[in-house]
Amino acid sequence: MAESMTNTATDKLDPLLEEITGPTPGQLLWRRVFGHRGLMIGAVVVGILTVIAILAPLLAPHDPYAQSLLARMKPPVFLGGTWEHPLGTDHLGRDYLSRLIYGARVSLLIGVVAAAISGLIGTAMGVAAGYFGGRVDAVVTFLINVRLAMPVVLVALAVVAILGGSLTVVICVLGLLLWDRFAVVMRASTLQVRQREYVAAAEAIGASVPRILLTEIMPNIANNLIVVVTLEMAHAILLEAALSFLGLGVQPPTPSWGLMVSEGKNMMLFEPWLVLIPGAVLFALVLAINLMGDGLRDVTASENRS
Amino acid sequence: MLQFILKRLGLAILVAFTVSFISFSLLFLSGDPAAALAGETASGEDIEAIRRVYGFDRPMMVQYADWLLSALRGDFGESYYFKLPVAGLIADRLSVTMTLGVCGISFALLTAVPLGVAAAVRPNSLIDRFALFMSVAGQALPSFWFGLILIVVFAIKLGWLPPSGAATWRHFVMPTIVLGYYAMPAIMRLTRAGMLEVLSSDYIRTARAKGASETRVMFKHALRNAIIPVVSLAAVQMGFMLGGSIVVESIFALYGAGYLAWESIGRNDLPTVQALILIFSMFYIVFTFLADVLNAWLDPRMRSS
Repeated sequence: MAESMTNTATDKLDPLLEEITGPTPGQLLWRRVFGHRGLMIGAVVVGILTVIAILAPLLAPHDPYAQSLLARMKPPVFLGGTWEHPLGTDHLGRDYLSRLIYGARVSLLIGVVAAAISGLIGTAMGVAAGYFGGRVDAVVTFLINVRLAMPVVLVALAVVAILGGSLTVVICVLGLLLWDRFAVVMRASTLQVRQREYVAAAEAIGASVPRILLTEIMPNIANNLIVVVTLEMAHAILLEAALSFLGLGVQPPTPSWGLMVSEGKNMMLFEPWLVLIPGAVLFALVLAINLMGDGLRDVTASENRS
Repeated sequence: MLQFILKRLGLAILVAFTVSFISFSLLFLSGDPAAALAGETASGEDIEAIRRVYGFDRPMMVQYADWLLSALRGDFGESYYFKLPVAGLIADRLSVTMTLGVCGISFALLTAVPLGVAAAVRPNSLIDRFALFMSVAGQALPSFWFGLILIVVFAIKLGWLPPSGAATWRHFVMPTIVLGYYAMPAIMRLTRAGMLEVLSSDYIRTARAKGASETRVMFKHALRNAIIPVVSLAAVQMGFMLGGSIVVESIFALYGAGYLAWESIGRNDLPTVQALILIFSMFYIVFTFLADVLNAWLDPRMRSS
């Protein structure tokens, strides 16, 4: 009898105890993050490439712009080259590894800044459309339709050609073109969050609109925003490489991976590594960023489910 | 239904007008189009003469109205470079791009839909993981690099396919793959998600309970319903593809509309560029409109939204 009583008592206590001593939602989130293989692989690769990009002047063995006509198209070390130029040299005798390292700066800079610009535009539009609804929503939806109808590569190429290809122009053009996914996702997320009681409560106590948007809506759609930021970073990096490859993006002699593929194209028959190496690094970076984005989506989605 | 179609049509026309205005105003982005056209060595009088001949001295809205009215009649002006009507130039090149676009979307559908179905039938199996890996990798693969690798391997090392040109069907094999693979991940994911949802629904259980064969359940009952959103996605992707053909056409030297766009941008041939942006946008607008209508016809629930 006494035994059965203690049993029921602990049975009732258990879930409470669990809640007090068990992991917090934050700890659970970190567990999921570290348990997600794709997310970890992506984060590690992006992290390494970011460190390389930041420390480029320390890590690069040579000046990426220094030409040497006596040392043109030296093969990489695994194809019989020397350690003087571990990945060989290009058609102007510039050290390929150094150009690759500095190229990481260009790609990441474009990815981060373009995603920041388009994120700012798209989030503002999407949140406004989702929160205010009505005419604001109609206008934003219309603008999204217009933007989607414009062929991105073609418009970007044309604008860069007219304004002249420089890093700033390419970043601005991509930033002004790639806001559509931000607007679509942020609009949908805001529509969802807007229905919640805490937004109604904030409205009831007379909180101002900016306050509701910044302290009630934004924190609750931030996880979706982070996912779109990573995916659009990858998108911007791929587009910059494509524009530079077509000769209407970042201009030589800037070390851009897309430009390096384009310059190596003419020697592709005899020296395929000139094309293979920069393309493979570009592929790896974009793949890692996408893995990170997909992983973040998985990890934060399971939070919503529970 | 008719009300839905008219509403969508009105929206599509409004979008088309806005796009036309944007592509027209690109001309004024460079500052003075007459000075740009005259070149750096031109004198002030030359620039003034060009301004009058091309009508740049009129207000911008008048020029836009003029350009739009001509464009509606199929007259996009004269190419600065070729000194020929732009409409004819584009018409000559469009067949290559359209062929490429149709081949590309067919390739994407024929590979992505079976893969998506197979992945949904056995979730978390080896084939599901393979499909997921392919979709993640496919989204990250730079198309220009992929195209160059295909040329080196299949045209140069193995000699199976011609590296460039558009003379026979064999010239289109590699461009089709390079253009089509980018649309695969989205189609595959949507097919997989749609199939997963449909396969857990009541009418599938009913179909199985009454003893329908597994093939019949899969193709007659499940795929039919899961494919509806894929059709509209394919239409949207087709619109994107025509705009993206510029990269593929430049790699494989296919003289289509995308290649013309690339050349014209390099030559500052603005009337041709404006017309191409407008035409590619129109394709997208028409495709999405048709997809919306098709969707509403197949699924009455869509009509209310």
